[in-house]
Amino acid sequence: MRRNQVAVVGAAETTELGVIPNMSQLQLHADAALNAIADAGLKLSDIDGFATAVETPQQVCHYLGIKPTWVDGTSVGGCSFMLHVRHAAAAIEAGLCKTVLITHAESGKSMIGKQPRSTPPDSLNGQFEAPFGVYGPPSMFPIPVLRFMKTYGITHEQIAMVAVVQREWAAKNPRATMKDPITVADVLNSRMIAYPFRLLQCCLVTDGGGALILTSADRAKDFPQKPVYILGTGESVETPMVSQMETFNSSRAFKVAGPLAFKEAGITHKDVDHLMIYDAFAHLPLFGLGDLGFMPHEETGKFIADGNTRPGGKLPLNTNGGGLSYMHSGMYGMYALQESVRQMRGIAPAQVKDAKISVCHGVGGMFAASGTIIFTNEK
Amino acid sequence: MAEAARAKPKPTPETQHFWDGTQVGELRLQRCDACSHVYFPPRPFCPSCASRKVSMFKASGKGTLYSYVINHRPAAPGFTPPYAIAVVELDEGPRMMSNIIDCPQTPEALELDMKLEVAFEKLDDKITLPLFRPAKG
Repeated sequence: MRRNQVAVVGAAETTELGVIPNMSQLQLHADAALNAIADAGLKLSDIDGFATAVETPQQVCHYLGIKPTWVDGTSVGGCSFMLHVRHAAAAIEAGLCKTVLITHAESGKSMIGKQPRSTPPDSLNGQFEAPFGVYGPPSMFPIPVLRFMKTYGITHEQIAMVAVVQREWAAKNPRATMKDPITVADVLNSRMIAYPFRLLQCCLVTDGGGALILTSADRAKDFPQKPVYILGTGESVETPMVSQMETFNSSRAFKVAGPLAFKEAGITHKDVDHLMIYDAFAHLPLFGLGDLGFMPHEETGKFIADGNTRPGGKLPLNTNGGGLSYMHSGMYGMYALQESVRQMRGIAPAQVKDAKISVCHGVGGMFAASGTIIFTNEK
Repeated sequence: MAEAARAKPKPTPETQHFWDGTQVGELRLQRCDACSHVYFPPRPFCPSCASRKVSMFKASGKGTLYSYVINHRPAAPGFTPPYAIAVVELDEGPRMMSNIIDCPQTPEALELDMKLEVAFEKLDDKITLPLFRPAKG
């Protein structure tokens, strides 16, 4: 894809984040969509392309009254929205549609109008993982951690620092769910969930949603918000079974998607002013820093523990507080994208001064899928 | 009142030979006749070279502990926390998820790379699960 041909011209989250007991999941989609439409100064009838995950495009389009000529229902977990951005940019460039709305919403906490996830007993996961006691992401996602730690000499304290630093960012964000400062000792003394991970190393469980609107760069200058251009993109999938990853020392999906986006963007790691790495659990930023090529994996723990990603550090990471402290409805990728857009617009609560390039990296499932979007505010 | 049982696999035509094997005390893997790749989970073609000429064989049942979590909460039905969910690297190459029995479910007892051997746990007349225990000797 060519650089900077497509831009984000509308971006918004649901009016409320956290616990939203008075809205169904479908209405959360609508709330986010209407906020994004207003942000872009558009009408619903201007939307001719639509993408969403988990809920079907027909469900959300019907509810909103949208008549699309292009739809994408790619649903590969929490990074689905990174893939939607990539696909939407390609569709706009190909002339299949002009103005794409991407929505995410999840009643992850209140569970209103949300179908529970299930694993059929005759699926591969149902036959070869479920019988051994996996039960939800906390019992699955951290399974690679001990191997990763042994291979690279990463310590429990270093991984605990991921949560500590992200809480520092969250403290600057009025919309963050958890804002009180925490220490490494707090993390390592919090309730055990699935050794080696404790409560403060696991993402929050909240309700919420978000929506993005994309159009061609040549139209973008006529919109009320500062355009945020798509500079580079990448995507991949590996396996729905965490036990079947090629290795626990890295994520193959990360190693495909990340470098693809950097190559397309034509940038080096030194050019990155702001970074989002989807943190459903505290080890993900370490995998991400290594797999995206910022540094060798063995340096990632020390890099974070030394404060390089905290406010004022040289590589601001997960500046909204992340899935660990900001919010996590279940498919967090949309919120990472929203924070990248806010940073590129210059309106983030914890704004990185003069940031011009933002890398937003997502994971889907338990390292099952990945999507990377690189944004810029300069054309 | 019966306690909630652990999730039980339901074989498909492609995986039936594996579950037939565990019932008779065999851990069965597949090897590609064309490129010799050994793989898991079961499927009637080679995921490395796409050949449909593949053979089933009885694996040694030996492996090492690749990684694990010790799950505290929430516990899956049929499990009493804390319990380890492990990934075993078989001597033949493939990895599989399992549980480690005859071993304290603690970080001290569960050392990465420790040698393991398969043990079979019968759930009912149709399903026997492959579990692993610390290797003897």
